[in-house]
Amino acid sequence: MDSFVNWSLLALSAPGWGGALLQGFLHSIEIALGGYALGLLLGISGAFGKLYGGPVLRDLLECYTTIVRAVPELVLILLLYYAGTDLLNQLLGLLGLGAVDISGLMAGIFVIGVVQGAYSTEVLRGAIRAVPAGQIEAARAYGMSPAKVLRRITLPAMLPYALPGLSNLWLIATKDTALLAVVGFAELTLVTRQAAGATKAYFLFFCAAGALYLALTLVSNAVIGVIERHARRGFVEQR
Amino acid sequence: MSNETTHALAFSPQDLPKTESFFKPHRIVLIVLFVGLVLAIAIFMRWDWLPRYLPRLGNGILVSLAMLFSTSILGFLLAIPLGLVQVTGPWLLKGPARLFCTVIRGTPLLLQLWLLYYGLGSLFPQFPAIRQSFLWPYLREAWPYGVAALTISFAAYEGEVMRGAFAGVPQGELEAARAYGMRRWTMFRRIWLPRAVHRALPTLTGETVLQLKSTPLVATITVIDVYAVISKVRQETFLTYEPLILLALVYMCLTGLLVLAFRYFENRIPTRGA
Amino acid sequence: MKKTLKLLALAAALAVTGVAAASAETVKVGIAAEPYPPFTSPDANGNWEGWEIEFMKAVCAEAKLECVVTPVAWDGIIPALAAKKIDMIIGSMSITEERLKTIDFSDKYYNTPTGVIGTKGEDIKPTPEGLAGKTLGVQVSTVHQAYATKHFAPAGVEIKEYQTQDEANQDLAAGRLDAVQADAIALDAFLQSDQGKACCDYKGDVAQDVDVLGPGVGVGLRQGEAEFKDKINAAIQAIRENGTYDAFSKKYFDFDIYGG
Repeated sequence: MDSFVNWSLLALSAPGWGGALLQGFLHSIEIALGGYALGLLLGISGAFGKLYGGPVLRDLLECYTTIVRAVPELVLILLLYYAGTDLLNQLLGLLGLGAVDISGLMAGIFVIGVVQGAYSTEVLRGAIRAVPAGQIEAARAYGMSPAKVLRRITLPAMLPYALPGLSNLWLIATKDTALLAVVGFAELTLVTRQAAGATKAYFLFFCAAGALYLALTLVSNAVIGVIERHARRGFVEQR
Repeated sequence: MSNETTHALAFSPQDLPKTESFFKPHRIVLIVLFVGLVLAIAIFMRWDWLPRYLPRLGNGILVSLAMLFSTSILGFLLAIPLGLVQVTGPWLLKGPARLFCTVIRGTPLLLQLWLLYYGLGSLFPQFPAIRQSFLWPYLREAWPYGVAALTISFAAYEGEVMRGAFAGVPQGELEAARAYGMRRWTMFRRIWLPRAVHRALPTLTGETVLQLKSTPLVATITVIDVYAVISKVRQETFLTYEPLILLALVYMCLTGLLVLAFRYFENRIPTRGA
Repeated sequence: MKKTLKLLALAAALAVTGVAAASAETVKVGIAAEPYPPFTSPDANGNWEGWEIEFMKAVCAEAKLECVVTPVAWDGIIPALAAKKIDMIIGSMSITEERLKTIDFSDKYYNTPTGVIGTKGEDIKPTPEGLAGKTLGVQVSTVHQAYATKHFAPAGVEIKEYQTQDEANQDLAAGRLDAVQADAIALDAFLQSDQGKACCDYKGDVAQDVDVLGPGVGVGLRQGEAEFKDKINAAIQAIRENGTYDAFSKKYFDFDIYGG
């Protein structure tokens, strides 16, 4: 039976592909982290725009979140990967900054970030609405500036409400990175396919990659559990 | 605010605009701008390829929809036992069911799909008997793998929902059924299952929309769905933006129709939610 | 909370600095992000190797260019060139009239026949009649796809399209295809592998059709970059004349891959 599974293919150094897989895994995590952070920034701005912005801004944001949530990620990734970076370069050209050399990593982060931004806008908007209005009014009554209210009251107070949604989004971000394989970015899924194609050991490599993704999810779940307990301290257990 | 029920915030009936209060002055300006944009896209971009591909596009849309409905229905049927055994089953069933849900939800669908198609495919030459079996005509095709992967994925996500739904049916109702002398099977069939399904129904819209958004992945294993047709357009015309814009539009329409259909059905089911 | 925000800002800043990593002098050479032996295939260290990589290195050394291998998905390689994600394509891309409408090509740098392989023992010939009723696999956006669509599809051959050549080979080995049409050299590399030896054999070359198959493989370039094109053409000619081309080709082939 040992001829059936050739474990040495997973060795970390050269004849084995383990090192290459881990490298791809690292790329996946980098993109997920970057995209998630970008998505959060977009989400925070988007949520505030939707809640406190003018009618035009609100409608535009509505279009953004609707389109992203109604179109498959795969299609968005293709569109953003080709059109998005193109537009960005033209924009920078208009501003007189000259074309930027957009690396694959950067494009990946951008793409995942834009998709995540729409979802986190919705999550954060719901969470902000869940913060009792009295708390924000009280902060205003103390004479806090809007920025300070945001930093000291709204964001910390909404966090427990937003966490379940946000942790969900993190898990989605890690899995969405796999879609970048379709545009040829060397993240875990594409490296796996290359390794499988070069060695013909399809089953072994796809299972190995699956184990890596699963490990990432399980570790994330554990960390999320700790964070949620921390954020929910002082909350009466609602059940 | 808890979103543990679905794996993402899908587009839902609440997101559809209401007709009253829709037309405001600024909206009219926006709509005019939007129409201008659409016209600009229609006039200044290349669309001469469209008539040639229309029949194939229609076919592709049908394949996508067939994938969506078959896998959603099969997946939901699978999700019921998955949810149930996680609530009451013996540990021998509970463990595997939980493991199944965790593994499927913890890995990307694209990887599962490739594992099924190319992974299994790479095993065929080692077992020549498979080619003699009655299953071979199906194993040769690509769509059974697509259906299998999408069904498994839907079952795992919806199985989590069903677990919550089964657990959430009030104990009192089950006790009342028992007090009426119902046997376990009758109680399950008459009380527990219908109540749990009712509780899970509101999540179905979201899950189905997410499933629709997963269907283009099957194009990577040679199933010719609408995404694959558009890919072909891209390759044959060397255009990038026009076909992709059309594709996004197609999916937006499909999502919109799906959500409208669900809203219609939800309004007809009197006991929505708990 | 402050910490979280700072971390976020830091992450964003890190992400932004990733933008301008590569310097302006480098030329990004697009290759298909898939194993395509013996021309381009990844090794376990994540490096790309093969005949075409050596060709690229020789051309870049000759033209004094700083070349970086940039793998892209094959079906998006022309858009990537247009969007300036890459500056040239060295990916066994045949020069065809269709492609010349969108991009430009250097002179050809190799030319090989197009062949068909199929399941061992099956009666398959690389002709429309010999393939009728069979399932033939080709890679998308290749001359082989165009050829099969033009010559084989009308004769009742079912044509299945794959994103990568490797996937088509894989499905042939799995028995989902009866035959695969592709570049004869690339097919030969597959037939040399254990999997290929076990399942399939060479069924012959297809009849020539220069309109579809083109005069050979060239370096894909953006239109309107004549100076750059001249530079590449000069480099190809130089390595042909000074023996570099033959030297690295000998390591891979025992015949003249440049073709007539």
